[in-house]
Amino acid sequence: MTEKVASLVDADKFFFFKQVLNNINLDIYNGEILGLIGPSGSGKTTCIRCLLGMEELTEGQSYIFEQKMPHRKTMNKIGYMGQETALYESLTAHENMTFFGKLKKLKGEELTHEIDKNLELVDLSGARNKIVSQFSGGMKRRLSLAITLLGQPDIIVLDEPTVGIDPKLRRSIWEQLRNLRDSDKALVITTHVMAEAEQCDKIALLVSGEIHDYGTPKDLMNKYEAASIEEVFLNLEVTT
Amino acid sequence: MTRLLAISKKVALELFRDQRTLALMLLAPLVVITLMYFIFDVNNDMDVRIGMPDTIDEQFIESMPDEVEVVTYALKPTLSTLLDNDDLDAFIDVNDNEFVVTYHNEDPSQTTAAKQMIQATVQNVTRDSANEMFESMPGDATMPNMDITENYLYGDEDSTFFDKMFPILMGFFVFFFVFLISGMALLKERTMGTMERMLATSVKRSEVVLGYMGGYGGYAIIQTVIIVLYSIYLLNMTIEGSMVWVFVISILLAMGALVIGMFISTFANTEFQMVQFIPLIIVPQIFFSGIIPLDNISDWIAVIGYVFPLSYAGEALTEVMIKGHGFAHIWQELLVLVGFIVLFTLLDIFGLRKYRKV
Repeated sequence: MTEKVASLVDADKFFFFKQVLNNINLDIYNGEILGLIGPSGSGKTTCIRCLLGMEELTEGQSYIFEQKMPHRKTMNKIGYMGQETALYESLTAHENMTFFGKLKKLKGEELTHEIDKNLELVDLSGARNKIVSQFSGGMKRRLSLAITLLGQPDIIVLDEPTVGIDPKLRRSIWEQLRNLRDSDKALVITTHVMAEAEQCDKIALLVSGEIHDYGTPKDLMNKYEAASIEEVFLNLEVTT
Repeated sequence: MTRLLAISKKVALELFRDQRTLALMLLAPLVVITLMYFIFDVNNDMDVRIGMPDTIDEQFIESMPDEVEVVTYALKPTLSTLLDNDDLDAFIDVNDNEFVVTYHNEDPSQTTAAKQMIQATVQNVTRDSANEMFESMPGDATMPNMDITENYLYGDEDSTFFDKMFPILMGFFVFFFVFLISGMALLKERTMGTMERMLATSVKRSEVVLGYMGGYGGYAIIQTVIIVLYSIYLLNMTIEGSMVWVFVISILLAMGALVIGMFISTFANTEFQMVQFIPLIIVPQIFFSGIIPLDNISDWIAVIGYVFPLSYAGEALTEVMIKGHGFAHIWQELLVLVGFIVLFTLLDIFGLRKYRKV
């Protein structure tokens, strides 16, 4: 049974005099993948940062598990991956995982199990003792994703998670994301890849800081009389 | 506590893997201290070259200190040519019972040394003449003993300018490298996104700052131990007071440098901008650290020295290392250093609100 786990309510955000989010209302449910799609500079990243309380809203509220954000302890229920890989390049993959695992209060066998499981998930088990600076861009992204999933967070927020990852591994990662969804996790994903957007359960189309439309991929394709989300996106750009 | 330790361990491991930075932090101070040791040690025992006509009294030449190399000339040459070409620091001529001294004065410190040696020689000659006069006097007239017994409250007759500089210099290196490296490390955390990732967990902002202090604190201790042992055993420096206080002061100074470095890094967006803070934060500290005598400067400028932790650390290290004093003489400086640490730690914790408000 799906339940609302997070929401943005009447959210406005200004950077000095520039409004980057305008009256955003967004509900996030467990067992669901929500895709935030929109052109560059449409406010996708700001939107998820405000949701997590990492950016202060000018107006409105953000709630996660009915807790007004920012709330420090609630952060442990969240897995966040930003656009940067955010890794310590002089440490090994395993040392990076251990460090962030400990910050998430994992220890002992639980920590070891989580590290092993997530490294396997992103196909990096063989490179666990390799220094991260020797990794390719794609490997870094995968490690970053593995760190995000440490501790089985209830809400997983991924900002452009599959950039630089080859199609085969991208497919495998999406399969894992769907598995997470099926195990009742809530996922929020921003993406430029329209084929990926179609794999989301719900899509919020963000244009110039406003939610232009919201619905399942099928609903949106029907509404815009489009054969794909890419076409929806192109039609949207024409009309705005 | 586990998270604080994890951050400390991570910071220490990162620095350990960065061999070049580690070498810079631990070995560069030794290279510079050694260079300064030789430079300032040599300057203290200046060799002076003085020219004079060969008609001058032999007794006068013999009374010259050993450091003076005397060059005599049969004919009086043109002074400017002589001083320049023969590398003389001074030329002494005698005119109607009066010494006329011309100094080269290209290097004022050489001139000062030459002046002191000439004055000492004149005094010696005068004393010897007085002795002869007393001896030729009838009866029991005796010349009072003119020998000088020299005692030193601190150090001994071999003390050099380097002895005074060394404690402050040691504090300076601890401060400089910890400030720079910790500031850069924090800046890297911010630009690489790892700071944001750290604060996207439930870690407390205070744990991040204290974890950093733990990680760098260990290196500050190692750095201090290396500098102190190197200076004692290879440069033959003497530390009069307790080594424990030397470490306590150095660690407090390193902690101060760390939290100030972290604070300053919040105002920089690139490593280049971080380096630009050196003239503003580091250089003035050298002026007010005690290396340069500031007895005669205006009071309002002297007040600036109170805002720099190196002034207090330099004073405390001098008390311990040169004067051999202990806690009773340095507690005020230690208190101020602790004050600096507490103030900037709070500012750093507050500064991380940029990434998470709670």
